[in-house]
Amino acid sequence: MLEQDLIERVLNEALKSGGEFAEVFVEDKRSSSALFDDAKVEELTSGRDRGAGIRVVVGETTGFAHTADLSEQGLMIAARAAASATRANGSSSQVNDLEQVVSPSPNKVETFPELVAKETKVNLLIQADEVARSQGAAITQVSARYGDSRRKILVANSDGVFASDDQVRTLFSISCVATGDTGMQTGRESIGRPIGFELFDDVDVEELAERAAHRALTKLNARPAPSGTMPVVIGSGGGGVLFHEACGHGLEADLVNKQASVFAGKVGETVASELVTLIDDGTMSHEWGAFAIDDEGRPAQRNVLIENGVLVDYMWDGLRSRNEGRLSSGNGRRQSYHVLPMVRMTNTYIANGETDPQDIIEDTSTGVYVAQLGGGQVNTATGDFVFGMTEAYLIEDGEITEPIREGNLIGNGPEVLNQIDALGNDFDMGSPGTCGKDGQGVPVGDGTPTLRVTSLTVGGTAG
Amino acid sequence: MKAELLKIAEAVVGKAAAGEQVEVVTVHGKETEIRVYQGEIESFTAAESQGVGIRVVQDGRQGMAYAGSLDSDVLNETLEEARDNASFGTPDEFQAIAEPDGVESVSLDLLDPSLANFANEEKIAMAIDLERSILQADTRIIGVESTDYVDSINTSAIVTSTGIRRANQEGGCYVAASSLASDGVDTQTGFGYSVGRSPANLDIGKASADATERATRLLGAKKTESGRMTVILDPYVTAQFLGIIGSTLSGEALLKGRSLFADRDGDQVAPNFLTLIDDPTDIDAFTATEADGEGLASRKNTLIDQGSLCGFLHNTYTARALGTSSTGSAVRSYNSSPGAGPLALKLTPGESSQSELIEQVGEGILIQGVAGLHSGVNPVSGDFSAGAEGLMIRQGDLAEPVREVTVASTLQRMLLDIQNIGNDLERLPMKSSGVSIVVDDIMVSGV
Repeated sequence: MLEQDLIERVLNEALKSGGEFAEVFVEDKRSSSALFDDAKVEELTSGRDRGAGIRVVVGETTGFAHTADLSEQGLMIAARAAASATRANGSSSQVNDLEQVVSPSPNKVETFPELVAKETKVNLLIQADEVARSQGAAITQVSARYGDSRRKILVANSDGVFASDDQVRTLFSISCVATGDTGMQTGRESIGRPIGFELFDDVDVEELAERAAHRALTKLNARPAPSGTMPVVIGSGGGGVLFHEACGHGLEADLVNKQASVFAGKVGETVASELVTLIDDGTMSHEWGAFAIDDEGRPAQRNVLIENGVLVDYMWDGLRSRNEGRLSSGNGRRQSYHVLPMVRMTNTYIANGETDPQDIIEDTSTGVYVAQLGGGQVNTATGDFVFGMTEAYLIEDGEITEPIREGNLIGNGPEVLNQIDALGNDFDMGSPGTCGKDGQGVPVGDGTPTLRVTSLTVGGTAG
Repeated sequence: MKAELLKIAEAVVGKAAAGEQVEVVTVHGKETEIRVYQGEIESFTAAESQGVGIRVVQDGRQGMAYAGSLDSDVLNETLEEARDNASFGTPDEFQAIAEPDGVESVSLDLLDPSLANFANEEKIAMAIDLERSILQADTRIIGVESTDYVDSINTSAIVTSTGIRRANQEGGCYVAASSLASDGVDTQTGFGYSVGRSPANLDIGKASADATERATRLLGAKKTESGRMTVILDPYVTAQFLGIIGSTLSGEALLKGRSLFADRDGDQVAPNFLTLIDDPTDIDAFTATEADGEGLASRKNTLIDQGSLCGFLHNTYTARALGTSSTGSAVRSYNSSPGAGPLALKLTPGESSQSELIEQVGEGILIQGVAGLHSGVNPVSGDFSAGAEGLMIRQGDLAEPVREVTVASTLQRMLLDIQNIGNDLERLPMKSSGVSIVVDDIMVSGV
């Protein structure tokens, strides 16, 4: 993307007034999307974002500037702006010789999205719309979206890192509205992988459309969700977001360092039921949060965070790990060149258990079965989290019975981790997600086998 | 900058072919973002960014393309992409770029010249002051996770082949802090902020007091019993709900059969003391603007008048498709095509202060914060359920703190169940102003 010599000159300029560390992050991202809504191809959109972010670190202070001007002049101006923001005032420091590191990508791309005709992409949407509408007259609206992106990044820093990655992502989602006597309900399905258009060799959009439509239709007959504290069984795949919220964020070193996490100072302690092994793995081939290098040039890693209930380690980015004199865990990510990286999850999941999921349900006399969770939110300092149920059922006498309407579940991370008393042997990854932190969104994956939490608060309207 | 952006946009529009409508939006932003921690600068970001969004409508087919650059080669490529994208759209007779509609825009002075001249050292000092003030305010405050000073000056231009030509400039700044409190057993968090058009308007004292009080008053919070209760929503919480209610009144939701208020025009959807307006011409609103996302004059729209539903918000497309006129409610950023929705919502305030409302309510909960609204509210069905924290109200006074409960109802019922509106209108850094409201019969789930 840019010549090594040029990058070296920019790094030297950034450290001229005495910074300790400098980094150049170059990004060139092309994206395209197509929206089919209200029985029409509403629009196709193409986007291009290209630029560089430069940071300089002096002591505890980071100076940052970004530019869309990738000429030498543009980069030098940004380098000086980043340096002056740190108010560094000393003699110039050393830039180590840049050494190109090639990290193998866990994602093999076969058909780059730009090589696929737009018409082929649009046809997927038309096909999905037809199938969804054919599921019943009660399906009154359908919206289907296709999106792809190709993001080339190059990261170089004064420690000598010089690394690049070519990240492709392809996403498809469909959302249906069903209308009945009790009003409208919605159902959604999505699939995404960090690969090209070959995604659709394995994924049948018609099947996704059917599932989304049935989710909406099922909810038309749903009862109001119960309210109060009860056992909750979370289905495989659809429930990984629980751990993303309940403990994932609390294990991010930037929050831990500021004592803004309930998990601060707990490494080596038992923080969860011994059934729980939690892993964050950026190397999971073809999973939504996988990449060759993170946005600081560090190869993706597989990190065990909690092993059999014991807290093993936090997740780290470059800044936080430098302060601790250790290596980054490959969790330094950023939404784009416009922002600084911070500690972010990749693919976060609970390792498989041993129990037949059917036994878990049969063993639950009353409670709620959640087939699919929506988004969630956590306060890492208190551990309190919420997340939405987008498909859920009552469990009565050990059987899944009636569907219930949407509602939130609320709980406390450390408490919930200790209240997991059954873990299924049916591990699966969930839908592609976008994790938001401090206003930045990055693609993440999550997964879990079926599991039971002995007590969660279900926030329904039924008394 | 306005002239420069207009010139670039005009040049692209000049390339419109016969029978082709072209709309070009050009933007430029300049931002300073300072984060301090423990008396030191943690990060200092100085940034300038630019972008272009081009929309082409040809024979009722729409195509869109954008780029984060205003270089001439990029502009040409973006126009070509937008044209190519348009060729795949389904022809739709109502699809069109906006045309001037004769509505004069209200002139708003949204850029305080002192903002551009404010020294970085002073901005840094404000953030450090705020952090120190919170740390010193209460012995139970154990830290401030982040304290930010942020300002930006944004300029944008829109030019269309249909005769629209307009440029706007606005500036704003804020300080915000996230605080941590502990009583040795329990930890709680709070936040405080202050928003203005110039750093001189920022109220560090208020931001500090809010951050301190919000965190400390929740210490020792517990779940409460489940049951139907009367709740008072803090202005900040009300504003979040208004944003969702506003989105259900979008002409786009109506047109596409996704509005729970479809066919309810003229119905009593709220008590008669409730009036909800969307007024981006109100200069005190954080999101005040002279024009909407299609370059039409922004205007005051009444959505609910004394409890009665009186309208939806339209952009050019939704208005044409539904046989009405645009309400100047196109919402977009440069990299998206226009949607339709609220720009600056406000409930007409009532008579009572929040403490008077607490006294009148007698028994209930003051909801200070909600979580999970993005996942817990379905704006199509109206079902909502959100995590909540706050303080119990007992015998007309604030009592013990509550956390880890949910509040649930439907948006339709909640509007009808509003019992009172406070007089504490608060301008917030979002599309909606806030005010305390009293809502009856909300299902609270706890133990």
